[in-house]
Amino acid sequence: MMERAVLERHGLAPDEYQRILEMLGREPTMTELGIFSVMWSEHCSYKSSRVHLRTLPTTGKRVLQGPGENAGAVDIGDGLAAVFKIESHNHPSFIEPYQGAATGVGGIIRDIFTMGARPIALLNSLRFGPLDLPLVRRTFEGVVAGIAGYGNSIGIPTVGGEIGFDESYTGNPLVNVFCLGISRADEIIKGTASGVGNAVYYVGAKTGRDGIHGATMASAEFDEKSAEKRPAVQVGDPFMEKLLLEACLEVMKTDALVGIQDMGAAGLSCSTCEMGSRGGAGVEIDVSLVPQRETGMTPYEIMLSESQERMLLVVKQGREGEVERIFDKWDLHAVRIGVVTTDGRMRVKDRGDVVADIPNGALTDQAPVYRRPMTEPAYLSAVRQLSLVSLGVPPPVAEVFARLLASPGIASKRWVYRQYDHMVRTNTLVVPGMGAGVVRVKGTNRALALSADCNARFVYLDPYAGAELAVAEAARNVACAGAQPIGATNCLNFGNPERPEIMWQFARAVEGMGAACRALDLPITGGNVSLYNETDGRAILPTPVLGVVGLIENADRVVRRAFQAEGDVIVLLGDSRAELGGSEYLKVIHGLIRGVPPALDLAKEVALQQVLVEGAAAGLIRSAHDCAEGGLAVTLAESCFETGLGATIDLNSVPVDASYMKEVATLFSESASRVVVSVSADRVSDLFALAGTHGVPVTRVGLVGGTGIRIAIDGMTAIDTLLVDAERIWSTAIERHFEASRAMA
Amino acid sequence: MKFAIVVFPGSNSDHDAYYATRHVLGEDAEFVWHKDTGLGGADVVVLPGGFAHGDYLRTGAIARFSPVMQEVKRFAAAGGPVLGICNGFQVLLEAGLLPGAMLRNRSVKFVCQQVHVRVEQTDTPFTSACAAGQVLRMPIAHGEGNYYADPDVLADLEANRQVIFRYTTADGRVTDDANPNGSAHNIAGLCSRSRNVVGLMPHPERACELAVGSADGLVLFESAVQFVSQGAFAAAPHA
Repeated sequence: MMERAVLERHGLAPDEYQRILEMLGREPTMTELGIFSVMWSEHCSYKSSRVHLRTLPTTGKRVLQGPGENAGAVDIGDGLAAVFKIESHNHPSFIEPYQGAATGVGGIIRDIFTMGARPIALLNSLRFGPLDLPLVRRTFEGVVAGIAGYGNSIGIPTVGGEIGFDESYTGNPLVNVFCLGISRADEIIKGTASGVGNAVYYVGAKTGRDGIHGATMASAEFDEKSAEKRPAVQVGDPFMEKLLLEACLEVMKTDALVGIQDMGAAGLSCSTCEMGSRGGAGVEIDVSLVPQRETGMTPYEIMLSESQERMLLVVKQGREGEVERIFDKWDLHAVRIGVVTTDGRMRVKDRGDVVADIPNGALTDQAPVYRRPMTEPAYLSAVRQLSLVSLGVPPPVAEVFARLLASPGIASKRWVYRQYDHMVRTNTLVVPGMGAGVVRVKGTNRALALSADCNARFVYLDPYAGAELAVAEAARNVACAGAQPIGATNCLNFGNPERPEIMWQFARAVEGMGAACRALDLPITGGNVSLYNETDGRAILPTPVLGVVGLIENADRVVRRAFQAEGDVIVLLGDSRAELGGSEYLKVIHGLIRGVPPALDLAKEVALQQVLVEGAAAGLIRSAHDCAEGGLAVTLAESCFETGLGATIDLNSVPVDASYMKEVATLFSESASRVVVSVSADRVSDLFALAGTHGVPVTRVGLVGGTGIRIAIDGMTAIDTLLVDAERIWSTAIERHFEASRAMA
Repeated sequence: MKFAIVVFPGSNSDHDAYYATRHVLGEDAEFVWHKDTGLGGADVVVLPGGFAHGDYLRTGAIARFSPVMQEVKRFAAAGGPVLGICNGFQVLLEAGLLPGAMLRNRSVKFVCQQVHVRVEQTDTPFTSACAAGQVLRMPIAHGEGNYYADPDVLADLEANRQVIFRYTTADGRVTDDANPNGSAHNIAGLCSRSRNVVGLMPHPERACELAVGSADGLVLFESAVQFVSQGAFAAAPHA
């Protein structure tokens, strides 16, 4: 019987160990125990989340590949597929920000080209603590540099994303990375092993002792000893990955491959048993043949290493020479380490001696699945109470406006995206920081709009509604660019699922996400779950991020967020209400996360997005910008910034119970399903007619022009500022945090 | 006429240079692998951007040993037009085809943004179709583009009119604010003494269509076409 301490070190519960005994009919070897521990870790097995994830919509007429492969794929017409996925690298990025983030980028890129797709765009969704903390600035700087270092070198543009800040992420930053690639729809390659006797090849970086138990680390909370886990973080080599990318894409053109999978979490263990399992076959390898970077590595270490930039390939018999020659051209050496068998088992040998022999199913389909207990969190009833009257008289709105523009969650992320190569591959039609990122698809007339979103405050206040709002916002962002949302991928970041309150948040958020995706006809084709995002027992705000891919049929009709021409009419689509619950206003001005999130009517959201897509296709909408954090006032200001065209606005006030909050509620309320669009004066009636057809509320609110932002409410001036002043506040807020810290140093 | 796009392991703007010359400009273009020992009969050679060999040592430091570089040197020595873009410029510096070196950007960070450069000289194969003093808008994307040379080398470069592009404001003024990386004399691009080898940090191949932000870079490739078609460089020295 294994010692209890050994099991604990492997993160295996006593009943899980019992199960291993039953499945094997004997005691596991140490190598086997290691393999079970990583494959049954939360990170690889999804044991806490699986029962909930099953409820998500994953099919649709455009879906070519749903969850279960390295990435999902949707049909984008012209015989092409968009292959995409989002993945987290949260835990490693806290322990070692640069390498943690860099290897996160490397991992998601491998998932995409493994499917036979050439990666053409990256996005990221990041969360950090407040920037006034030196620790947070260090983490932030390291994560951004790591993403830049990897993506820039390999030559895939980072075209968008989002960044949020909250105290709860101080010791637990979130680094979610999204990658999208393009392949022929009929040439998608799977991570499968089949054909008895076919050779199993290993190619890429040599195996070292780095990252052993990375998956297990990602399945535990943090405490003050987390820094000791640094050896569990891997080191990235983007050059090696670039060679692998080009060589693999070249090999894939030959039709000599049966299947291919990258070695990510759980390394060789995961790729070996998953490929065998998918192909209904077995895989037998000999670890002594695995190229090793260090001497004296044990089979246990080789099987659990998470060294980066490694791939496992199954090659058709008789085609080995062809494949080897292509890898040789790229100075990579494909090494034959095993063979496909019939028996459905993963057999690992060391110089011929069997060191592990496990049925594939025990590590994949039959891994433990838990229906963990859930309880509604106690905090909810208290934080949902919000009395605007009790907040007292707010600061002057001009001051609120300036403070919101300077809030890092709203302020320009130029300091960040300037470090990312966002133009390489010459497809980027809309650069980062301007709403959804838009890339054209060369060889076609089409373009894809990409957005990743989640307002975690809303999810914290109501996980179901918050997740619905995240879906609506991400889809609305691509619709603003003129794109029809056609597919999504999710990254679910939560605390410790063994706590019933966290599990409740998770389950409700998945339900809300599913409901919204069904309403928007938006299949989720894959994604990732990151649990145990806690430090010293404090969980992050629940953060279910949704990445959405939207299709633009005519790349010449991409709509930008900034106003385009003097004299254009500014129109608000959607209804405004006094909805300050969970708003940026409450957080920045009053330091509160309280109230209920804005109401969302999914039918109205669908109608709004239809107006945006049809209005763009008809060339009717000149600019479109979604109302999110900071409400209408911030949206209007951001619509002015890129092109430097001012605006004169007159809004109708929204009804609010505390009358002295009238201006605040009108300007900064975050009511959902609203978009500020501009339209040339002679097409206003066409836009009103289109909105009318879909039953979308439409209000003329002002005119583009001048050098200022002037917003009146019911005819009374509320904000009147020079555009250059507002833009300076907004565009320099984040870099000022770094300049100030350097000045002090 | 034919462009050769040299592909080093780690090149990442090779496809962009190919797309610009082949699909936007409509000329013939061909990739040349770094281990090749010929240039495939090309009229113009482009060393594209990227991170050749990972650039872990010093940018361009290993690429200069690639077999194809012998051919590129021979081609250049015979007067053939060679354009090094970004990492390609760094490779030209390391290979000794252009003088000076690159330091890390003065911000010590990678910088990707649109910049303006002024065309200082039009008597090179890549600026012959420009107007003197013309301002071009093109993106930069690099971590090491801070051009450095000894004062006497800089004086020589200026005296011999080898500074071809300088970072300026949109209206063509040389200011410190317009210098995105700290380059000496705001230098964005140079030519060789013989004027046929040109290197620059901005990416003209990423600025060939308005849809992606600017079409100002196309004039460099148009210049090369003009240069070759006028027979300015007739005897292609093929190995």
